[in-house]
Amino acid sequence: MEQVVQQIVGGLATGAIYACIALAIVMIYQAIDHLNFAQGEMAMFSTYIAWQLMQWGMPYWGAFFLTIAISFVLGYAIERAVFKPVHNAPVLSHIVIFIALFVIINSMAGFIWEFTIKPFPTPFGTKPVLGGGILSAHGAGMIAVTGIMLVLLYLFFRFTRIGLAMRAASANPDSARLVGIRVGFMNALGWGMAAAIGAVAGIMIAPVVFLEPNMMVTILLYGFAGAVVGGLTSPGGAVFGGFAVGVIENLASLIPHFGAEMKLTIALALIILVLTLKPNGLFGRKIVSRV
Amino acid sequence: MSTPLLSAKNLRAFYGPTQILYDLDFDMHAGGITTLLGANGAGKTTTLRALSGMVKTAGEIRFDGKLISNKDTADIVRLGVAHVPEGRGTFVRQTVEENLQLGGITQPAGQIAADMDLVFTYFPRLKERFRQQAGTLSGGEQQMLAIGRALMLRPKVMLLDEPSFGLAPLIVQEMFGILRRLNEKEKVSMFLVEQNASLALELADHAYLLETGRVVMSGPAKELSQDENIRRAYLGY
Amino acid sequence: MKTTSPVTILIAGIGATVITLAQNWKLSGFIFILIAGILFPLTASGVFTFQITQLLIYAIAIAGLNLLTGFNGQFSLGHSAFYAIGAYVSAILMTQFDMPFYLTIPFAAAVCFVFGFLFGLPALRLEGIYLALATFALAIATPQILKFKPIEHLTGGVQGLALFHMKPEAPFGLPLDQDQWTFYVTFAVTILMFFLAFSLVNSRSGRAMKAIRDNQIAAKVTGINLSLFKTLTFGVSALFTGVAGSLSALLIAFVAPDSFQITLAVAIFVGMVVGGVGWIPGAFLGALFILFVPNIAEHIAFGLAAFSDFVRGFIPFFPTIGEQSSKGLTGTVYGVFLILLIYVMPSGLAGLLRLAVQRLAQARG
Repeated sequence: MEQVVQQIVGGLATGAIYACIALAIVMIYQAIDHLNFAQGEMAMFSTYIAWQLMQWGMPYWGAFFLTIAISFVLGYAIERAVFKPVHNAPVLSHIVIFIALFVIINSMAGFIWEFTIKPFPTPFGTKPVLGGGILSAHGAGMIAVTGIMLVLLYLFFRFTRIGLAMRAASANPDSARLVGIRVGFMNALGWGMAAAIGAVAGIMIAPVVFLEPNMMVTILLYGFAGAVVGGLTSPGGAVFGGFAVGVIENLASLIPHFGAEMKLTIALALIILVLTLKPNGLFGRKIVSRV
Repeated sequence: MSTPLLSAKNLRAFYGPTQILYDLDFDMHAGGITTLLGANGAGKTTTLRALSGMVKTAGEIRFDGKLISNKDTADIVRLGVAHVPEGRGTFVRQTVEENLQLGGITQPAGQIAADMDLVFTYFPRLKERFRQQAGTLSGGEQQMLAIGRALMLRPKVMLLDEPSFGLAPLIVQEMFGILRRLNEKEKVSMFLVEQNASLALELADHAYLLETGRVVMSGPAKELSQDENIRRAYLGY
Repeated sequence: MKTTSPVTILIAGIGATVITLAQNWKLSGFIFILIAGILFPLTASGVFTFQITQLLIYAIAIAGLNLLTGFNGQFSLGHSAFYAIGAYVSAILMTQFDMPFYLTIPFAAAVCFVFGFLFGLPALRLEGIYLALATFALAIATPQILKFKPIEHLTGGVQGLALFHMKPEAPFGLPLDQDQWTFYVTFAVTILMFFLAFSLVNSRSGRAMKAIRDNQIAAKVTGINLSLFKTLTFGVSALFTGVAGSLSALLIAFVAPDSFQITLAVAIFVGMVVGGVGWIPGAFLGALFILFVPNIAEHIAFGLAAFSDFVRGFIPFFPTIGEQSSKGLTGTVYGVFLILLIYVMPSGLAGLLRLAVQRLAQARG
């Protein structure tokens, strides 16, 4: 029993990571009606930037916020430079662009910083928070940061004019233009925000999984699984889904043979299961589109 | 003769390689209501979309003396052109309040409350439905919301695409009455595209008739409403 | 290095005559391909034969994906999974059940059809990029599943299965070595599969598939059973790629989980886009791309590395690109290639050809 509890709490800690990514995925989808799966790689690249800043002597939180700012700019720039020309092309072209970005960013990271694994510092320390060593200080910190980010994003989209404009631009770009919203600019902002969210996620995750160019690939999938479980249209659901995936993954590792090697399969099975049984996820809204 | 508020010269419009409008000429002066009549497929909606920069055009479009052909829609809108599109273009997942806020999104924040109050004086029902999701409103209410949203822009000219479409006759009468008041009291010029020719000719002071992408007749609305051919083809008597 | 014998020249001559005599250009085109295929391994080196065999296999895989994405509008970045299943089915049947290779192909096809169909069921709920992501997950999970301990006795676990000793010899004592015979088998299967693909695409079912791709709701309204067609198409698509996988087991004589990584799925997808979505013959061009372009990218990367060393001779603080790092550059060059490709040729080679034909027609008319 104690093992189960241990796994659950540990699952919540890793789930915080997935929740972060799941949130990013859903927010991006809400904001720009697109999903860029090179985002994981962008998050990884941002984490390397943070690492480099710290290598050059910058204190942790300074590097944290500066990286967020840099990532925002980079995300914005990539959208304008690379994605904008194919904005009206069919989804297929978008997918190829995402693949290309994925490969480029992954390679560039390896090129600049090499493929060797690097440790990444945490500001929260590693001392256990709850008795029994189930939740480390870093794990608690991760959950806290995710929570803060969620609240800030919710407030932004709900109560600011730009947030409203972004939502409108993604929900109905034609009508958005007719009220004077510059939809292209909104899209670029969306990418910038996605990159910033990804940077936070990457910086939070790196101490746990260690910094290397391929660190985000599997995590992105877990995040996606979380987003699917929660329902692709619900930010709260995404966060819940992320935590759920973390817990389920840890619990599954208790089953014999389903060790660390089978984690991705679990994510896949989860996605398939949810999609077959409850396609809108646990909290998703059914989207009815009129013909 | 003062410069027209909105004018087009040799306007051609294309969907891809297909040409829809052929050398349209028209102009509209400030304060007026001009209507564009025509059957289905004549190109009326395309004309409005051309004015808003939503389709590829050749030729000249001028607003307030400035050339706006092929400019970005958002830029044209910010100059004071409010386009109430075919199908209303409501933000269905957002509330009535948010829809109106979006209408005024390019306006200074301090202005919004006063402008919303103005919208409510013309469309009291919108105030009742303030926090309701816009997609749940009836057709007539959505049309009012669309016009209200356009008003939030404090536009110089309103482009209306078939506002009577799909609405009950009583609602249409009510709405056209509101449009007249908006034109007279708020000084909003209007460019109205309509299939309901009799109502449109009653409201407008000037009219154009479009047939397969060309202007075939133009003149004061009163004249056109008494024209033999128009009466037979579009007014039904 | 095989030399051209008088016999092959004779055959070539007969072939040329047949072609010029044939009225029907499709028939003569087909005969030409047939003859070229027969002559090829007799006149080419073993290495080249191997490469072209691989090309044909990739073409079948790409054609399979094209049926699903190009003709039915469902994205898949997971076709490496079906390729792997096909390869493993053949390998397992050969090692565990002593089945001759040729017999394993229909089994691989059937198994892959079933898996494809089954995956098509949850796929019904996903569209566009979300389907791409779900299939991406499938591709990434595949090597893991293949390493799953409880089935290790079948799959050979991480080490996989070796088939070197099982490569079939040419029948009837024909004077062909294994490379050549493998080519002929692959060639025959390729012809069959592409014939099937063309027939499917031009049939009523093919039209239904395309209708679904173009406008699902409209298709449904005309009475097409969306769920059935979409899942069946998934199955057929998996079948094709599975057959390709099965042939690859024969060619490489070795299957292991790490041979079927996400890079393979991405390659097949990219090959489809390059060849042209919705155009079956494009598969060969796509296969050409994925076979040779990564090498080209690598060469460019090495070239850049050499260049930077050269420049360093003059500018001391110019960064060196070490050998390790040029690996990183390869990916970047490849990615940039891809982006340029999609800007310039969004519809792949098919689009380019279509444009050329259009221009020609305009010039003439």
